[in-house]
Amino acid sequence: MFIIRHRTFFFSITIALVVLALLSAVFFGLKLSIDFTGGTLVEVSYPSGRPTAPALQEALKAGDFKDYSLREAGDHGYILRAGNMSQQERTVLPQALSVGGKYPATIAQLSEIGPTIGAELRNKALLAVLAVMLCILLFVAFAFRKVSQPISSWIYGGVALVTLIHDIIIPVGFFAILGSFTGAAVDSLFVTALLTVLGFSVHDTIVVFDRVRENLRINHEKGRKESFAETAGHSLSQTFTRSINTSLTVVITLLVLFLVGPASTRDFALTLLVGIVAGTYSSIFLATPLLVTIEKYRATRKK
Amino acid sequence: MVQKRLAALAVLLLGAGIGWYVYASQTHAWHPFRLGLDLSGGTQLLYKADISNIPSADVADSMAALRDTIERRVNLFGVAEPLVQTEKGSSLAGQGSEQRLVVELPGITDTQKAIALIGETPVLEFRLLKEGVDSVPASTTAADMNKYFEPATLTGKDLTDAKLDFQGGQGSLNQPVVVLYFNSHGTGLFADITKKNIGRVMAIFLDGQPITTPVIQSAIPDGTAVISGNFTPEGAKELARTLKYGALPVPISLLSTQSVSGTLGSAAVASGIFAGVVGVLFVALFMLFWYRLPGLIASLALLVYIVLMLALFALIPVTLTAAGIAGFILSVGMAVDANILIFERTKEELKSHNPREAIAEGFKRAWPSIRDSNISSMITAAILFWFGTSLIKGFALVFFLGVLVSMLTAISVSRTFLVALGFEGKGSVMHFLFGSGFSKN
Repeated sequence: MFIIRHRTFFFSITIALVVLALLSAVFFGLKLSIDFTGGTLVEVSYPSGRPTAPALQEALKAGDFKDYSLREAGDHGYILRAGNMSQQERTVLPQALSVGGKYPATIAQLSEIGPTIGAELRNKALLAVLAVMLCILLFVAFAFRKVSQPISSWIYGGVALVTLIHDIIIPVGFFAILGSFTGAAVDSLFVTALLTVLGFSVHDTIVVFDRVRENLRINHEKGRKESFAETAGHSLSQTFTRSINTSLTVVITLLVLFLVGPASTRDFALTLLVGIVAGTYSSIFLATPLLVTIEKYRATRKK
Repeated sequence: MVQKRLAALAVLLLGAGIGWYVYASQTHAWHPFRLGLDLSGGTQLLYKADISNIPSADVADSMAALRDTIERRVNLFGVAEPLVQTEKGSSLAGQGSEQRLVVELPGITDTQKAIALIGETPVLEFRLLKEGVDSVPASTTAADMNKYFEPATLTGKDLTDAKLDFQGGQGSLNQPVVVLYFNSHGTGLFADITKKNIGRVMAIFLDGQPITTPVIQSAIPDGTAVISGNFTPEGAKELARTLKYGALPVPISLLSTQSVSGTLGSAAVASGIFAGVVGVLFVALFMLFWYRLPGLIASLALLVYIVLMLALFALIPVTLTAAGIAGFILSVGMAVDANILIFERTKEELKSHNPREAIAEGFKRAWPSIRDSNISSMITAAILFWFGTSLIKGFALVFFLGVLVSMLTAISVSRTFLVALGFEGKGSVMHFLFGSGFSKN
């Protein structure tokens, strides 16, 4: 099968993509939202026209606001990010935002998150990602426990884990680039998107692995001699259409969600989109080829 | 065959029935969808409760009392369907598990006002019913209470304890009562007041509302008082707790606040519904074009899935957030996955089996991969539920339900329909109906 035969080529593409994603994460950096750092986020809208940014900054300065960032939101508003506010700042905020009453402002959204909550959620997020990976490793190893020839079920689990790491790195790198252009920050929705990608990506991987499992059994029952690479290749081409199609339906809904869905879940949909495409790619071009490589490596070592 | 067709008809009717029920339950508001604060607009406040001075055996009690106290204040605010609940912070932040209080105020977007209201110190006080007043209208507001009552200068600061007790009432039945214990200052005051005002009503006020109005029977010099009334044991216990922890039983400090305006929320609902409809349409079209007749059946199963999920949202009820709606739309794309796996497999089996067998084989052979892949999704959803704040929990719950319900509909519902159609022979019509776009078969 084409993909198995040229697996080294696809491995290099995969590695290049991962390196690119890592570089962009390092280069652009990931901006953490107040969900994780604590702080204040205010989305303010001006139904009858917004003030210019300098005018608003002047008003905020008069109100003794320091260390904030201001970004235009849509055509009628601003998003203000700041640290935790003092009681004094809270009280003067509405007045400052309306530039002393000159620009009637409505606060569309206001979130204030204390530093302890931020730190807690940050730890929880890391732990959740690790927990999902560990559970999937264990589950795949368990689900394929009856398959031990020619490679043990732990290898299936391990390979699934490697593809999951790939599926996380790609959207993280993408999000770093996105963040540098749109100011999107890593929030709890982003972590949710990553976890969902993990759960879904392993879907496709399991479908192929399941087919490998079945073909190995049939070969064994019929006493057919076939190399593992051939079996894996067959399995991959047999499941190719369904891998693509199952992802395609999800991609359709995510595209719709991204294009016409609520503004608050737009970045979420985009992250999912990138992650799910990466997940589909990895389950076809990374997971099974990697199984074959490991099997070959072990076979040569035995000799 | 007749039976199989009847079964399919029954499933269709059931689906339509549930669909009608969901529609009617929304228009008649039987079980309206519960919207999260990010969609309905409102404020969420998260408090940390300082329990460092409370013996660990009393923590649960104190937290319950705190919740009740805050709830009473929130109710004074006139908020529709407020939510006040205690929760434990996770111990991951490194300072042991924290006791917390979540207050959700739908429709309130003035965070400052909300914080001020909840932060107020409540007042427990004793007041005497003015002489000549027979009854107090039930609708009397806090401000008008002064017309009927005069302060008795005794307040919650003078109490040390309040307990539930049982005393022999009329007949041999034991009546639940509340026993109050005053400190030395309170004992003196209370003895004095009760001596001078025998026969008058002494009301106990909390946050400006009388919670009980006992009549003074005799002078009480020993610093205890018994409040008898038509209490249930639970009612008496609750009153004792309220009296004991009259002021906020636990000091609280604000950890985070979140507020979303109603207009932003309703815009999110509108675009969420629109995205949902468009998404379903495109997925159905894709299935129809690629898988033809089976695709039509998968689309029907998808519709059954959607009405079932909506019914569950309304009945459980699931609090829908923007992320939850996104999760639901995402789940539409995933719901047909099982069908895709089954149909692809059926197509393969058609090479060596007749259609009826091929369908049966398709379902049977696709099952292990459907099962395994869905379990991995459910594991993820469970961890997400643990990870999440209330907004994310909405997503996790929808996602989990979606995977579970779609497994049911994509397998049982579509099987019922496919079997009911009863394919027998092989032929070009069959081939066309089961063929898929670019396949060579």
